[in-house]
Amino acid sequence: MRFSRLRELPVHTFLFLSTLLSVMTTVAIVFVLFKESLVFFREVSVFEYIFGTQWTPLFKPQHFGFLPLLSGTLLIALGSAIVSVPLGVLTAIYMSEYASAHIRSWIKPLLEILSGIPTVVYGYFALTFVTPLLKIIFPSTSVFNAASGAIVVGVMTLPMIASLSDDAMRSVPQNLRDAGYALGATKAEVSANIVFPAALSGILASVVLAVSRAIGETMAVTLAAGATPNLTLNPLESVQTMTAYIVQLSLGDTPHGTLEYQTLFVIGVTLFIITLFMNFLSEFVLRKYRQKYD
Amino acid sequence: MEVENRKIINEQVSRIRSEMKEDVAVEGLPIMLSKDLSLHYGDFHAVKGATIPVYPQTVTAVIGPSGCGKSSYLRCFNRMNDYIKNVKIDGTIYLHDQDIYDASVDPVSLRRKIGMVFQKPNPFPKSIYQNIAWAPTINGMSDRMDERVEKALTKAALWDEVKDKLHQSGLSLSGGQQQRLCIARTIAMEPEVILMDEPCSALDPISTGRIEDLIFELKKKYSIMIVTHNMQQAARISDFTVFMYQGDVIEYGPTDRIFTRPEKKQTEDYVRGKFG
Amino acid sequence: MTKEPASHAYAKNLAFRRKKARVFKYMCFAASMFGLVFLFCLFYNIFSNGLSYVSWDFITHFPSRFPHKAGIQSAIWGSIWLMGLTAIFSIPVGVGASVYLEEFAPKNTFIKIIEINISNLAGVPSVVYGLLGLAIFVRWIGLGRSIVSGALTMSLLILPIIIIASREAIKTVPDSLRYAALALGATKWQMVRGHVLPSAMPGIMTGIILSISRAIGETAPLLVIGALGFVPFNPKGPMDSFTVLPIQIFNWASRPQIEFHKLAATGIIVLLVVLLMMNSIAIFLRYKFQSRK
Repeated sequence: MRFSRLRELPVHTFLFLSTLLSVMTTVAIVFVLFKESLVFFREVSVFEYIFGTQWTPLFKPQHFGFLPLLSGTLLIALGSAIVSVPLGVLTAIYMSEYASAHIRSWIKPLLEILSGIPTVVYGYFALTFVTPLLKIIFPSTSVFNAASGAIVVGVMTLPMIASLSDDAMRSVPQNLRDAGYALGATKAEVSANIVFPAALSGILASVVLAVSRAIGETMAVTLAAGATPNLTLNPLESVQTMTAYIVQLSLGDTPHGTLEYQTLFVIGVTLFIITLFMNFLSEFVLRKYRQKYD
Repeated sequence: MEVENRKIINEQVSRIRSEMKEDVAVEGLPIMLSKDLSLHYGDFHAVKGATIPVYPQTVTAVIGPSGCGKSSYLRCFNRMNDYIKNVKIDGTIYLHDQDIYDASVDPVSLRRKIGMVFQKPNPFPKSIYQNIAWAPTINGMSDRMDERVEKALTKAALWDEVKDKLHQSGLSLSGGQQQRLCIARTIAMEPEVILMDEPCSALDPISTGRIEDLIFELKKKYSIMIVTHNMQQAARISDFTVFMYQGDVIEYGPTDRIFTRPEKKQTEDYVRGKFG
Repeated sequence: MTKEPASHAYAKNLAFRRKKARVFKYMCFAASMFGLVFLFCLFYNIFSNGLSYVSWDFITHFPSRFPHKAGIQSAIWGSIWLMGLTAIFSIPVGVGASVYLEEFAPKNTFIKIIEINISNLAGVPSVVYGLLGLAIFVRWIGLGRSIVSGALTMSLLILPIIIIASREAIKTVPDSLRYAALALGATKWQMVRGHVLPSAMPGIMTGIILSISRAIGETAPLLVIGALGFVPFNPKGPMDSFTVLPIQIFNWASRPQIEFHKLAATGIIVLLVVLLMMNSIAIFLRYKFQSRK
């Protein structure tokens, strides 16, 4: 007994260390991001970073105002939500309330394909299909524009909302639907007035997750929305998101140790904090507002 | 059409009356009548040609061992089985002289007149007020809603307990209160018939007693059909009893006769507690 | 049925409600179709742009300034190298962590924190992993902009996904199997190796394949650690610089010339075919797994 346990010690150690690696990854992410950011904030004030309206680290005079990147990111994220939330929720209602098991077994995997397509492909599609389409409708559309990026990111995150909201609505007990029907409601009334509010916590959580995903989305917005840190709300103009800035800087040859190099990590830590906050928010919504039946 | 239906109903009623040996103290026509009603779930024959009347302002209890088809049968009376796949229904049910399975009948408008209370209390995850107000609102009866809510809760003997917390969640109530809320929600629609599917099976004896008292009160205005696995309950509250076994209606008659002098051997065995 | 005085108004109202209900249903249906129509447009767009360049030469040529001579040989070899190393790094660690969490871990706060941590890592944007790789693997350890840096970064990126999927698979193994093994005097690890892992294997494999196929399409973290866009040679070892298929696609797509866009579409076709194959294997495994039960 004792012998076998000793012999298995290396295995146990390996298994434990594997698990520990995930914690170490988080620690490393936090450490790396903060360490480089601190160096940056010795040169640039936090005030300028948060409230500055110009972002020009790559040419003189350098400005490190983060607002243009934030507005670009939010424009894409909120724009994508305009696409993904109504479509995703309605799709979920269709799958959970209307579709037969057979139809559902077709729609769900097909939507999963959408979320399995690499994001660079979405970027290509935005550039070569969505933008030309927008140009027909709005001739003032730029070659790179926030709208096409928002649309493809919206479609990319749609399956997530549809699938999680579908799960949430399917877990609403059947007897609530029966109660609605027994009171003389139509199927649409039961779906919209009873099932939807009863599943609201799960639906909201999925929406927050989808927006978080959109904020972290990189390749599609880099290709579609361009690299102009523009403080604008016009979706037909080119903007730059935080992620797209990181890519832009990585494509050039930025020497290690310069202020430009450190901006990578400042933007990284901002991105990390925002998405982490969103992920916790999603979890919180799910826990706090979950209806308990029984 | 309706004249024809009335003829059928009259025939059935006089046949049923003649089958019941002694005189029954019910005048007039039933409010509902199921005629040769059969229900299949796929290949499973759950209800096999049931013919029974439901008289106005009475309580009709459906008893029988579990799996005998009594709940499935009850759900035919407001067409709740419409939403279940692979269900096939033959025969029909009349409400007054209207065939409720006729193509011209909209199940949505039918269910407004035939309310239903379920086995497990199932208040909506909304406020107590909203639980009552929702159905009248969607049905276009949103005038004088406060009054309507109070009336429904009073009739369901719940008003005094909840009048100070109408805007709390319906799920915050106890099980017995939840079930009375569900009854209040149903009577707010002012139905003609209330179907109850084992409404006390999830409740403690005290809550059960209150619901039974309530049923006794409600009978003055509504016609009630109740499925129960509790024979004492059927004996206490019902005027007529239907005994079902393996999908067949074995016996129908006044409750006291079914429980004291059943005609069929199976009924006797069941009410004496020999199986079930 | 016509007992009520307000019945006419009700009937009119009901007709309107019925209409609303129908419109709502069609809206839901149309929304479900939107994703599928989008998918169709995407495939159509890519195939109509890229099909004309599909040829054996496209696979075997190196990238070039001249569109008609350009190919993806170095990108394919880069992807193969990167995925191979990523699999070697991430599979043992990922499966090991899931085995530990499911079979060995005590129930305490520390383990709880690790579990929350893993699910949060799965939500960290991939580009942040790139920054991590850049600072740790490329600079600090000094592996440079090499395949091994890329593979280590990718491994960290897909580890949470592998762990979550493998844990699901291990959870489906019935406890009776565990008791049977333990009752025969097996140690916990013998039980895991001999019984739990074999019967969870199809599920674990499915999770691994799906994670790797996610990694094949990942672009951003590799750009950040400095994978190159133009590599006219095949990597010879893990310390070589490299490019991968999605970066090659990105590179072509970000050029203004339409000919390069067509090349990008052709590259996407190759990428999608690879992903399709991997997903088919995963679906096949899942199907076999289910039918065996």
